[in-house]
Amino acid sequence: MKTTDSFARPVVAVTGMGVVTSLGQGREDNWNALIGGRSGIHPITRFPVDHLATTIAGTVDFLPSSNDGASALTFELANLAAAEAVGQSGLPADDFAGPLFLAAPPVELDWRHRLSLYAGARDHNGNKSLIEAARTAHAMRMFDESQFATIADRLAEQYGTRGLPITLSTACASGATAIQLGIEAIRRGECDRALAIGADGSATAEALIRFSLLSALTTHNDVPEKASRPFSKDRSGFVLAEGAGALVLESLESALARGAEILGIMRGCGEKSDDFHRTRSKPDGSPAIAAVRAALSDAGMAEGEIDYINAHGTSTPENDKMEHLSLSTVFGERIKDVPVSSNKSMIGHTLSAAGAVEAVFSLMTMREGILPPTINYDTPDPAIELDVVPNVKREAQVSTVLSNSFGFGGQNTCLVMAREPE
Amino acid sequence: MSPRDVVITGMGIVSSLGEGADAHWRALTAASPAPVLDRERFAPYTIHPLPEIDWSQQIPRRGDQRQMETWQRLGTYAAGLALDDAGMKGDEALCAAMDLVVAAGGGERDEAVDQAILDASLTRNDHDVLLNEKLTTELRPTLFLAQLSNLLAGNISIVHKVTGSSRTFMGEEGSGVSAIETAAARIRAGQSSHLLVGGAFQTEHSDMLLAYELAGFLHRDDWKPVWQRAASQGGGVITGSGAAFLVLESREHAQRRGREAYASIGPVVSRRSRRNSEPLADGIGAMLDRMSLPEGPLLAVSGASGAHAATQAEEQALSRDGRLVPRGFSSLTGHMKEAQFPFAVALAALAVRHGKAYPAFDTDKEAAFDGVPEAVLATAIGYHCFEGMGLVTKA
Repeated sequence: MKTTDSFARPVVAVTGMGVVTSLGQGREDNWNALIGGRSGIHPITRFPVDHLATTIAGTVDFLPSSNDGASALTFELANLAAAEAVGQSGLPADDFAGPLFLAAPPVELDWRHRLSLYAGARDHNGNKSLIEAARTAHAMRMFDESQFATIADRLAEQYGTRGLPITLSTACASGATAIQLGIEAIRRGECDRALAIGADGSATAEALIRFSLLSALTTHNDVPEKASRPFSKDRSGFVLAEGAGALVLESLESALARGAEILGIMRGCGEKSDDFHRTRSKPDGSPAIAAVRAALSDAGMAEGEIDYINAHGTSTPENDKMEHLSLSTVFGERIKDVPVSSNKSMIGHTLSAAGAVEAVFSLMTMREGILPPTINYDTPDPAIELDVVPNVKREAQVSTVLSNSFGFGGQNTCLVMAREPE
Repeated sequence: MSPRDVVITGMGIVSSLGEGADAHWRALTAASPAPVLDRERFAPYTIHPLPEIDWSQQIPRRGDQRQMETWQRLGTYAAGLALDDAGMKGDEALCAAMDLVVAAGGGERDEAVDQAILDASLTRNDHDVLLNEKLTTELRPTLFLAQLSNLLAGNISIVHKVTGSSRTFMGEEGSGVSAIETAAARIRAGQSSHLLVGGAFQTEHSDMLLAYELAGFLHRDDWKPVWQRAASQGGGVITGSGAAFLVLESREHAQRRGREAYASIGPVVSRRSRRNSEPLADGIGAMLDRMSLPEGPLLAVSGASGAHAATQAEEQALSRDGRLVPRGFSSLTGHMKEAQFPFAVALAALAVRHGKAYPAFDTDKEAAFDGVPEAVLATAIGYHCFEGMGLVTKA
């Protein structure tokens, strides 16, 4: 098998995958729920919802650290996904011997810790007293929670990754960026393998309120599992959610040499920033269009070669409209015949994790030969003519997938995956 | 020499000492360089405050300025200085194809809202409901965007039209190290032809001090140089507001544009030492061994933070080597967290460009350096974790 691509770069294979979402822990549970069209969205119980406009989410509530704050939960999610991925790859669990790229939400000291520090402060003169209380509290756990390096540092220690781990954020495109950084490092010949993780356990009350104040969240609270409606006419915002996806990326040469099972190929990635606005995309869609084209060109593929598109599909009025515009511009008339579905209709928007979670689902789509549906597609948007695989899974031979990730701050990242090398 | 050598063709640096490469060179090569300090505002902590900045020089639209808090403004401003310096500002084609790597922490929370919640928390027990009540009614909607780590990069794209790839690395000093390391690797591998890389840190906010002080890292006595804080009260770190952005290009790309470079970036190495189980000085020593440093005395622009353990380990490792002549610039600028390594690299490049070393910033601890620095080492040893260094050489 040829182990370099048409650009003479090492081909990057996937040899391990792990995933956790509100649908469950592990590939099998998640996949069964996905193809069953089941939603993981539910009423919020983690914190009281008094005064909140949105009272539903796709939180991961079944883990030991689910109520321990964003930092602890993000670590646990990343750790579980990584354990499954490394386990599947057959590589040693504590000596990964390649770099770590972690997409994670920005960290902050949790409110309960702020308040407990303040309650124990000698004086109560606001933020100054809080610093004073911090100094005397010797609370290393709180310090760790306030440091951006902590989660990756712990993962690096546990899995024996090499070098300085990189924690990154490109907002809602972060998970895809982590994969992209891994692909690029392998192509540079710096390493034979990389561990790319996207994890997000940051669905706190404050996070929910922040997105809510930007009018990004749906307030369809009554029937939570029907709230996320990508590409529907009555879509009204995304559903905040949590999860993690992890991938063991490996040069095809190294994977073949050790007899690893090849789960799929990372054929290409592409990126293009938007300079229009902090939360809205350029009206002509040119940056997203350029990102899709960059990914195709990096994969050495024409648009006609894409069998299925795993959409960003957040269920916000803006995203789905712009995603349709960019896809129909790149694919032309053919877009009506390319199935495009959104996992977010079931798992909500897992933010920093989304690109990695959805890459795992994209690879499983090819392996299983089943397209996960876009559920809650009851009222099609006539302005968006797409085959969204409405409501029910569909069997299909899929050799190639395009997965889109778009984020606040003009971040647009696209991945092209395939079953086989060129 | 190779067409894919990494050269620095622009820099935008801001600190309490001023703004721009020239202002910093003048301040740092003065007969006896002196720090700019604010001892009152956050007493008992001393900080190095931002100089007065006319934001509109690099962020002309008021609307853009309003969408950011100081941290993002500072980074966007410094990025603009770097683009100007490289002759790329306003060149649509170059900026549209330019990649961006930003080292970032988080932005500023609303201190008034936080304080109101803290105060109210003393008189009621339903804290979760209190949070919902206050945050839903008092948070400014757009403040979230001013806090998001990747929105510094986002603002650089919006204001300066830098719209190639865009990655934001997080994680204190280590993120700055990885940013430079990754940027240089991309250029060497032909994955990027030109790239904007850097970071900003704005310390004049209670949360920024809080994060250090949760582990008692801040120095509490009067100012002293970084190497001399071990016997003082507190943990040794004096912070400073500042930013450093660099325009990096392949040699080939810079030559095609006819640009003269400040310097070239040689090997960059990074490390995650297990500080609990191995002496950090040995870890730093191992990095120095990997650098294949030139013979003879070598100027080391050190990002030492003043944090007792890390700074002592760095001092030990540098002196053990015998050839290294340190200049702990944070004595004069304060510790700039994510921006620390990019700043160190910028100062190293300035010394190489001028063919002249900085005078000792601490005459007790730093030896004189008389030669012409052909190469300068830049270091950033994290106050808590992660380490990096790079060699800056003549272009």
